[in-house]
Amino acid sequence: MNAAIFDKLQILAEAAKYDVSCASSGTTRKNTAKTIGSASGWGICHSFTEDGRCVSLLKIMLTNYCKYDCAYCVNRVSNDVPRATFSVSEIVELTIEYYRRNYIEGLFLSSGVVRNADYTMERMIAVAKDLRTIHKYNGYIHLKAIPGASPELMLQAGLYADRLSVNIEIPSEESLKLIAPQKDYQSVLQPMGYIHQRFIESKEEKKKYRYVQPYSPAGQSTQMVIGASPENDRQILHLASFLYQQPSLKRVYYSGYVPVNLSDARLPALTAPPLVRENRLYQADWLMRFYQFNVDEIVNEQYPDLDLELDPKLAYALRHPELFPIDVNTADYEMILRIPGIGVKSAKLIVTSRRYGRLSLEHLKKMGVVTKRAKYFITCHELPILTVNELKPENLRHLFIGNKQGEKGNHSQLQLLFS
Amino acid sequence: MNTITSLSFTYDGTIDGIFSCVFEAFDKKQFPQQIFKQEVAMLFTQNYHVVTDEQKANRVIAGLKKRISKSALQMLFICWLSEMEGIEMLLFNYICKSFRSPVSIELNFADSDVLELSKIYKKVTREAERMRQFVRFQKTADEFYFAAINPLYNVLPMVADHFEDRFADQQWVIYDIKRNYALYYNLKKTEMIYIDDIKIDFQTGKLHRDVLSEDELYFQVGWRQYLHSISIKERKNLRQQRQFMPKRFWKYLTEKQN
Ligand code: SF4
Repeated sequence: MNAAIFDKLQILAEAAKYDVSCASSGTTRKNTAKTIGSASGWGICHSFTEDGRCVSLLKIMLTNYCKYDCAYCVNRVSNDVPRATFSVSEIVELTIEYYRRNYIEGLFLSSGVVRNADYTMERMIAVAKDLRTIHKYNGYIHLKAIPGASPELMLQAGLYADRLSVNIEIPSEESLKLIAPQKDYQSVLQPMGYIHQRFIESKEEKKKYRYVQPYSPAGQSTQMVIGASPENDRQILHLASFLYQQPSLKRVYYSGYVPVNLSDARLPALTAPPLVRENRLYQADWLMRFYQFNVDEIVNEQYPDLDLELDPKLAYALRHPELFPIDVNTADYEMILRIPGIGVKSAKLIVTSRRYGRLSLEHLKKMGVVTKRAKYFITCHELPILTVNELKPENLRHLFIGNKQGEKGNHSQLQLLFS
Repeated sequence: MNTITSLSFTYDGTIDGIFSCVFEAFDKKQFPQQIFKQEVAMLFTQNYHVVTDEQKANRVIAGLKKRISKSALQMLFICWLSEMEGIEMLLFNYICKSFRSPVSIELNFADSDVLELSKIYKKVTREAERMRQFVRFQKTADEFYFAAINPLYNVLPMVADHFEDRFADQQWVIYDIKRNYALYYNLKKTEMIYIDDIKIDFQTGKLHRDVLSEDELYFQVGWRQYLHSISIKERKNLRQQRQFMPKRFWKYLTEKQN
């Protein structure tokens, strides 16, 4: 082992860190041949960095040399940053060694574009192929697809990787052209479409034949940079909701723009990344995926941006006092999910437990309901307390913002973000 | 005058002992208010010692299988690993209620025993998950992968399958510092072992330098630097880091050592 490998590791980790995806979920693979590795299905966070993010995969770039000049990116060609390139065997060694020590669930490999898309993609595939075929490695592999790579390479990539991703980065084509002149939506949507098609086909084939090598079994993900361009939350969430219509698209990540290239006039002069907005977008994304909310219920013409002071579920409830109070002993599961202070877990507990008898506020509290919040929106066994209708939404709004009670309840949601 | 206030059972501290308590209680129609491990003697209570009997325990388990689901039964075993104070009485009550109820009680979270056990179950399974997350192996010169950790509950038996499946081609040891036993996988199966003279620093769980493989420290240092490199300083959030990665594990984490 050559100690210089660790110098490269520093440079190429530093270069990869703005890609926020780190999930290792979506694949369950048992280790049948007694070799190395398994995939656990739900993904495991092995560590947390000082910024509080989950470390599940060894997230590195193959190289941070890049011929492109995307304005928002640290690795763009016009930046003067230390550069390095890993050899295929170096990445394989690091992955295996760290995997064996239980530091990681696997590898997340991306790359700057050197020479051309195919050349770069081929090297990335070589890493995945070596891991799978020579080292019989069963751990997780996430490859970032290089826009413009040929269909043959996209096919191969999906046969070795658990997940592929193509980042949209900028939430409208107009802005993309301005900020990343060498890119367009076509170059992003085309590989996404290809992955989707192969993903669906391989699922279909699996029904017919017994041995089909799955194609990118954990589907694909993408990322949007938030705050580097002027799109509002409605545009961003509509795009996300549109993408989620493809069943292969498992996750959209929102990455608050970290001002890395301060002097670029095409970018806003932010002093800090828009973290609150980013968090609200994740919460809204959560509502669409697990709380059966339609995107228009969260953001619409009248409310194009998320409320930064309230989480989107509470904001929705305050805009719709007519739906409340909801009787937890009789209401449908979907309606119970809409009550502020009740999450998916407690909603499920409520519908199973109420078959045994009527539930009281005390029961709800024990089931993990944030009753301080929920009490304005429900009736249960007891007489209703003053609800949102008597107190008026405006007053409740002040109450929630005033005592910051709102912020506390969000962490369990955040926690799930990274899994 | 007799000052007896309540009936308590004592048992040998095994889970079969708890099942035996249930058997005795129904058999003698005497239901205790407390259950203690043998060595804890109580004043002012009437003590009845239950001798653990595997056959009786198995009959209780067989009866339970007819009344609650497999996963609920599994939950009881996992709660047992919590080693929490008062766990005996909770399990005892849950089992007795199951025998008395015409339908399974397992989903009735309005019942305080059901709810309490479901919470303990969550805590124990979360701790087991933390083993999957935070165990850090060090490679030794003779190609063993060794880790030491200090779980709150007795959860190593719950994660043996996971590690065995994942690291099937390497010999590994996971040592529970507090309970002084280890899981040892010998490339065929996993066993529970006791290690007499263990060459570790008990503060950090790290092996002595002279037994490590040649490259081990490079990989450790590289990992520490890696974690530093991928953190985005503009997003620093130490509170969140601590929330997801409890401080009590830090001293054993390679990335948090110097
Ligand atoms: S192509 Fe990728 S690595 Fe290259 S400048 Fe653009 S975003 Fe950065």
